[in-house]
Order: sequence, then structure tokens, then C-alpha cells
Amino acid sequence: MTFKQKRVLPGFGLALGTTVTALSLLVLLPLAALVARSGELGLAGMVRVLAQPRVLAAFRVTFLTALCAALINVVLGVTVAWFLVRGRCPFKRLIDAVVDLPFALPTAVSGIALTALLAPDAAIGRALGRLGLQVAFTPAGITAAMVFIGLPFVVRSVQPALADLNRELEEAAASLGASRWQSLLRVVLPLLAPAILSGFTLAFARALGEYGSVVFIAGNMPMKSEIVSLLIITKLEQFDYAGATAIAVALLALSLLCILTINALQATVGRAERRVS
Amino acid sequence: MSKTFGAYTALDDISLEIPSGELTALLGPSGSGKTTLLRIVAGLETADPDGSGRILFDGAPVTESPVNRRRVGFVFQHYALFRHMTVFENIAFGLRVKPRGERPLRDEIRERVHALLKLVQLEQLAQRYPSQLSGGQRQRIALARALAIQPRVLLLDEPFGALDAQVRTELRRWLRHLHDTIHVTSIFVTHDQEEALEVADRIVVMNKGRIEQTGTPDEVFQNPASEFVMKFLGDVNVFHGRVHNERPVFTGDSSEDGSVRLLVRPHDLAVLPQPGPGISIPARVYRVMTAGALVKIELLDGQNRLVQVQVPHETYRTASVHAGQQVYLAPKESRLYGQSSERLEYVI
Amino acid sequence: MNGEERQALSWGNLALSVTAVAIVGTVIVLPLLVVLKEAFAAGFGVWAASVTDPDARAAVALTLGVTVVVVPLNTLFGVAAAWAIAKFRFTGRSLLLSLVDLPFAVSPVVAGLIFILLFGRHGWLGGWLDARDVQVVFAVPGVLLATLFVTFPFVARELIPLMTEQGTEEEEAALSLGATGWQTFRRVTLPNIKWGLLYGIILCNARAMGEFGAVSVVSGHIRGETNTLPLHVEVLYNEYRFTAAFACASLLAGLAMVTLIVKTVVERQAARQTARGGET
Repeated sequence: MTFKQKRVLPGFGLALGTTVTALSLLVLLPLAALVARSGELGLAGMVRVLAQPRVLAAFRVTFLTALCAALINVVLGVTVAWFLVRGRCPFKRLIDAVVDLPFALPTAVSGIALTALLAPDAAIGRALGRLGLQVAFTPAGITAAMVFIGLPFVVRSVQPALADLNRELEEAAASLGASRWQSLLRVVLPLLAPAILSGFTLAFARALGEYGSVVFIAGNMPMKSEIVSLLIITKLEQFDYAGATAIAVALLALSLLCILTINALQATVGRAERRVS
Repeated sequence: MSKTFGAYTALDDISLEIPSGELTALLGPSGSGKTTLLRIVAGLETADPDGSGRILFDGAPVTESPVNRRRVGFVFQHYALFRHMTVFENIAFGLRVKPRGERPLRDEIRERVHALLKLVQLEQLAQRYPSQLSGGQRQRIALARALAIQPRVLLLDEPFGALDAQVRTELRRWLRHLHDTIHVTSIFVTHDQEEALEVADRIVVMNKGRIEQTGTPDEVFQNPASEFVMKFLGDVNVFHGRVHNERPVFTGDSSEDGSVRLLVRPHDLAVLPQPGPGISIPARVYRVMTAGALVKIELLDGQNRLVQVQVPHETYRTASVHAGQQVYLAPKESRLYGQSSERLEYVI
Repeated sequence: MNGEERQALSWGNLALSVTAVAIVGTVIVLPLLVVLKEAFAAGFGVWAASVTDPDARAAVALTLGVTVVVVPLNTLFGVAAAWAIAKFRFTGRSLLLSLVDLPFAVSPVVAGLIFILLFGRHGWLGGWLDARDVQVVFAVPGVLLATLFVTFPFVARELIPLMTEQGTEEEEAALSLGATGWQTFRRVTLPNIKWGLLYGIILCNARAMGEFGAVSVVSGHIRGETNTLPLHVEVLYNEYRFTAAFACASLLAGLAMVTLIVKTVVERQAARQTARGGET
């Protein structure tokens, strides 16, 4: 339905004009610079950069740690979300408010805090050290930091879906003879799957591009514990703009892919739900 | 004027005149364009610019005026009360946003609001919030709010659509009574023909973006201009038949493709034990319901379609029937329509 | 539910609660406590000295200055975007929606990089700026722009679903009663969105003050001039001045806690308003 005549509600022109101007100047123009620079490089040039062993290693480390962290976050996040929706506890409200802390805390602060916790000379670090595990300055540390920043994404994705879940479905399952576990596995989790997947993807996408909270604990040794975002900065400091651009474009493409996946997911779920209801 | 939404024609070349001071109903099924027409009058939609569409209030053109200059009072189906304002503030809104020069003083506003609250009989709710009111109360407040600006035209979009049946009937009567008190030119949209017949001074029957008929309730009911109007207003029985020897025949064996349809209202059918001289339609009695103002008889015709007949109790007493009985129906007043809904004359 | 089931349920509840609290406690709360512990490890005097250090003060000033510019601007943009997207139908609407969300999907480092590519010496506009002796990157304007980019969607993201859900009927009603566009916005729309707006502003504010990655790339780390507070923390940390670093970090942590508190209050007020407002 397109209206070719005048609109009833006022201010459309002004609002749209402001938005488009702001978007163009602030978002599109800088991104265009990125695209232009990568264009100069050409596809061949970009591939050459991305094929460098150090770059590949950085992507591998970042990808694997982000994946690991997101998976851990699914387990932890669903548990916490379940607690927040179904649990009974006097501190529940407090916990609910605190879950958003990684959102609110500046990434640099998280970074140094996590390092202080997990460094070999710190409390937890020492304890783990005795078990033969070194966390800080290794990929494990990177994963830990990514778990920290990703947890709220999963919790906040699953929480509303769980709250909306119709209790009657579980009651029906119980009346048909399912045990608690069966009902959980066969009825509840499948229904929560889209929300869980959504949270997972958000946490994953965020972890891929994360800098501040990871860079302090990461160790940053090329080929072993160097993350992609740090590599971009390193290249910049070496005035290798082309290299930095190529990596940035690859990273951006990955993030966009994640966002598109989420949107597509939400669209399919929306469609399925409409079919049922 | 016409109005299209993309490929969908909401209004097809409409021309209409509404008498001042009267309560006019725009009646039709969903998709008939009645709400679109109402919103165009209000200025909440605009007609297609290609035509020569114009809107005139008392002869003065308002087509170019934006909605906030037209001084129309609009009552929405879902009230659209300002949720964060009290009832008082809602009603006072139209007065408070007037330009500096025209704005009444605080005390005058307060007086006017209270007068309106009194008019809608809800004075005690002045400080409540819309969420604390029932549906019927909200609609009355919405009406009071619209009246506060002394509108030239009052427009109501299915005002009782969102309410329970009983509240709807009450409010219907209340609206009529209100109109008799204040006499502002009003147009209201409804799909409920009973509502239109009961409340309006004048009914405009619409279908698929066109006006089928305009007239008083009596006119549209007794003299429907088309098959659609007759079917839409009041109950009607439809008998399918065909023409035989220039006479319509309804033996009950004809298929649905039979070329003519006889439309008869339930109270215009006489139930006879034997076929009469004129048109006689065979049917079998299914149920007789004597509890009510009229006796209602349900019958099944030759194609097992339900036929409804209403007879006064005195008439029934002299000629009662029982379930399962084979009878013959003779139409008193009826209309015959042909293949393309054209009216046909016939001889009994 | 018989007694046995009730017992099982309450044991399950206990296990769940303990696990959840443990998770949140270790993953989330512990880092916060560490910041506070390290900040005050050498006593209050050292802490006070660290945060009143001239460089620290310059960093705080810059952070506040940037925030004071960025938050109102992005609030304005957010409201404009939400008004256009939520209250009207037009071709390109979903594209606009995706574009508004775009900065969210961009890694902070990439966000900083694109401004260097645009305004840096070898960037697109670099030559043009150099000729006029205007410094954008490695100077305050760069920091401003990067922060503006990164926090762009926050207010819009809160307002758009809210205003879409609220629909246009109340605005139409206001217009039919004679209100002008501004009157309608001020008296009808704004009160209806006030909590969502506040929520978005709080999130925008927290991010603006705490942004690290993007600003790190763009600022050049010029001490006393282009270091925001988070950058100053990094500088101190890299110089092994841990207590000072944590002292400054504790300011930011304090900010985070205030953000959480205000956020919770706003959420509660919004819920109360929804309960009071009832359905449409």
C-alpha cells in the first residue's frame, strides 16, 4: 500500500530528512570509504591479505574461541534465564538487574578486571594454576572474556521466550505420561530453540568483533592468541591500511552474515507461529 | 470521488449528500468502503487526486483543509483516548490546543468539560484514567471529547463495534437520544443493519466501494433498490427457481443454477396446507417455536434449504402446523431477481 | 501435586537457584568486585590521588564532553528515525530500519578504522582536511565521530518497536481535535514514549562514556588531549600502574552500577505505566 497523496500525520518530511542525512553522513559515508579502499585492493588483493598465515591464525583463534564461548553461554544462559523466569528466590530481582552488567560496563574495565581475576598471580588464576591450567594470556582466557560479555545476550533472548511459554503445554505433556526430563527435552527446549539460537548468534557475533574486554587477557601472541580486532589495530599502527581494510571487510561480512541469520530466523519463527495460531 | 489503495479500489466514483442536523448511517459489509469514506470526510485519508473529488461542509469546500482545521469530531472504534491523561484532560484537550487567540480561559474550559461530562452522564469519572473505565464508558468519553470542540460534523467509526452485545444495544439508544438533544450533523459507520435501522434518520447502503441506495430506514427496508440491499437489511428467504412459460416456478427441484431468485421476508410468507392459486412453494415443517413475540416456523424446502417464517400468534392459532408436515408457502410481498441481479416483474 | 512432588520441586528449585546464583556470581559479579578491590588496594589516599591526577581529570573531562554532545544528538536522530519509521508506511522502510541498526553489527575496531579511512591523512577527505589544517583523527573530533557512530542506534532501537506498537490512533485523534503537529507530538506522543526514550538514553549514555575499541583506534592516545577515561585506564595499565588503572576503572564501574540502577527503575516505571494504561 503506497500513499501517493499527502500524509495525515505531520512531520514525515522532517523526520525522514533528518534520519537520512544523519545516516548518510555518519554511517554510510564512512562505510563507503571502507568499501572504496577495499575496492582499490580488489578481490585478489584481499584474498592475498587474508591468506597470510598470521591473519588466518587470528581468524581461527577468534572464530573458535567465539564459538566455544557462545556454546558455553547457551548452557549458562538458559540456566540463568530459567531461574529468572521459574525460580523462587529472594534475590531474584537483584540477579535480574545484575545480568546486564556486561552491557553496561565499559569493555576496558571488563578487560582488566578479568585479567586481574585470571592472571597467574591472582586468586582464581593461582588456583587454576595448581590444577595445571593456565587461563590468562591463552585462548582459554579469550574464551573466558567472551563468555563474560556474551552471557547477557543469551539470557535476555531466552527469558522473554520462556516467560511467554504456555504452561499448559508442559501440563499436557505431564498428563500424557512424560517425565519432567522428557517434557523438558521434547516439549520445552524445541519451543525455546529459536530464542536460544538467536541469543547464541548475538553472543557469537559480538564476540567475533570484541576488542576491549578481550585484548588484555588475550596474550596477543601472533599465531597463537591474537584476535582479529587486535590484528587490525596492529596493521594500522604499521600503516598497512590495505591489510587493515581487508581484514575489516572480512570481519564485517561475517558479522553481517550473523545478523542476517538472526533476522531470517526470526522471520521463519514468526511465520510458523502465525500458521499455528 | 474515488479512492484506490494500490490495486485495490476502496471507493468507486462516489457522490453523496448528507442533510444537516441528521444522523446518517453508512451501512455495508466489510470492504464496502464505508470507513474509507468516513476518514476522507474527516481528512484522515485523501481521495485520489485525479478525480474532481471535493468535500463541502455547508457549501464551503474543505478538501484542501488538513484534518486539524476541519473541526470534525471523530470517534474511533477503539476509542483512541489519550492513555496518560485523565478523563478530564482528554475532554479538555481540544480546547487546550486551540491557538492562543481562540483558547478559552481555564475556568471556562473546566465548565465546558463538566457540562459535557454531565451530558454523557459520567461526571464522577473526571479524574480517572481510561484504563480504569469500561468499554462503554470509554466510548462515551470519546464522544464527549469529540463534542468539546463544537464540531461541524460528528463522525463515528463503528463506535460500538468493540463492545458487548448488551452494552451495544444500550449505547445505541443512548446515542440516538443524545442526537435528539444536540442535533449536530452526524455520520456513523456500521456493518450492523439492525443498528442502522434503529438509530439513523437516513441510511446509505454501500457495497464494494459503491452506494447501493440512500433513504430513510423505512424506504430502504420496504423498498430495497437492489437485491444486495434487500439481502443485507433484515432477514430474507431466497428461493431459487426458473422461468417456465413466462412464469417463475419454484418446484424445489431446480438446481442452484436456476435463473431466478425470489426474495421474501419471513413475515411475508403464508403457510398453507394446500397449494394456493398463485406461487406456491412446497416445504416441510422442521420446527415451530411459539415462545416469543411472534411464532417462528422453520421449514426445509425441496433442496433442504432452511426457510424462516414469522406469523403473529392469532394467525397461527387458526392454522397451526406440526413438525414433519408438508405445507405450501405463498409469498405476499416479494421481489424477483434474475441472473445478473436485475429486478424482474412477474405475474402471480 | 502431592507432598513428594512438592518436595522434589523445591529441591529442584534450590538446585536451580544455587546454580544460577553461582553462575551470575562468578561470571558477572566477581569481575566487578575485583575492580573495586584493586582500586582501593593501596588505600583511599592513593585512589583519590589517581582520580584527581591532571591526566585523569582531562580524561574525565573529555569523556563527559563527548557524552554531552553525543547523547542529545543521537536522541534527536533516534526520535526522528522512530517517528518516520514507526508512524508511516513508505518504500524503503525496512531498508532504513536495517541501516539504522547497522552500527550495531560493526565491530568497534572496524568502526574506528572507517573514520581513519575517511578522515585520516591518506583517507578520502584527508588531503582536503590537511589543506585546511583541520585535524579530525587523532584529535577530539575523531573521538566524537567514532562515539557518535557506535551509539547511533541505541535510542532508535528502543523507540521504534514501542512507537510501532502504540500505533497512530491517538495522534489521529489529537489532530482531529485541532492540534498542530508539534502539539500532537509534545502532548500525546512524547508522554507515551517517555520511559522507552529514557531507557534508550541511558543505554546510549553508558556506551558513549564507556566506548573503548572505536575510540582507541581513532584517538591516537595523546595523553591529556585525546584520551577518554577508558583509554586512560588502558594507558595506565600498559605502564604497569595497576592501582591507578583500577582506580580510574572504578569510576567507570560506578557509572555502570548507576546505569543498572536507573535502568531497573525505568523498567519498573514502564511496567507500571503499561499496567495502568491497560490495553489499547
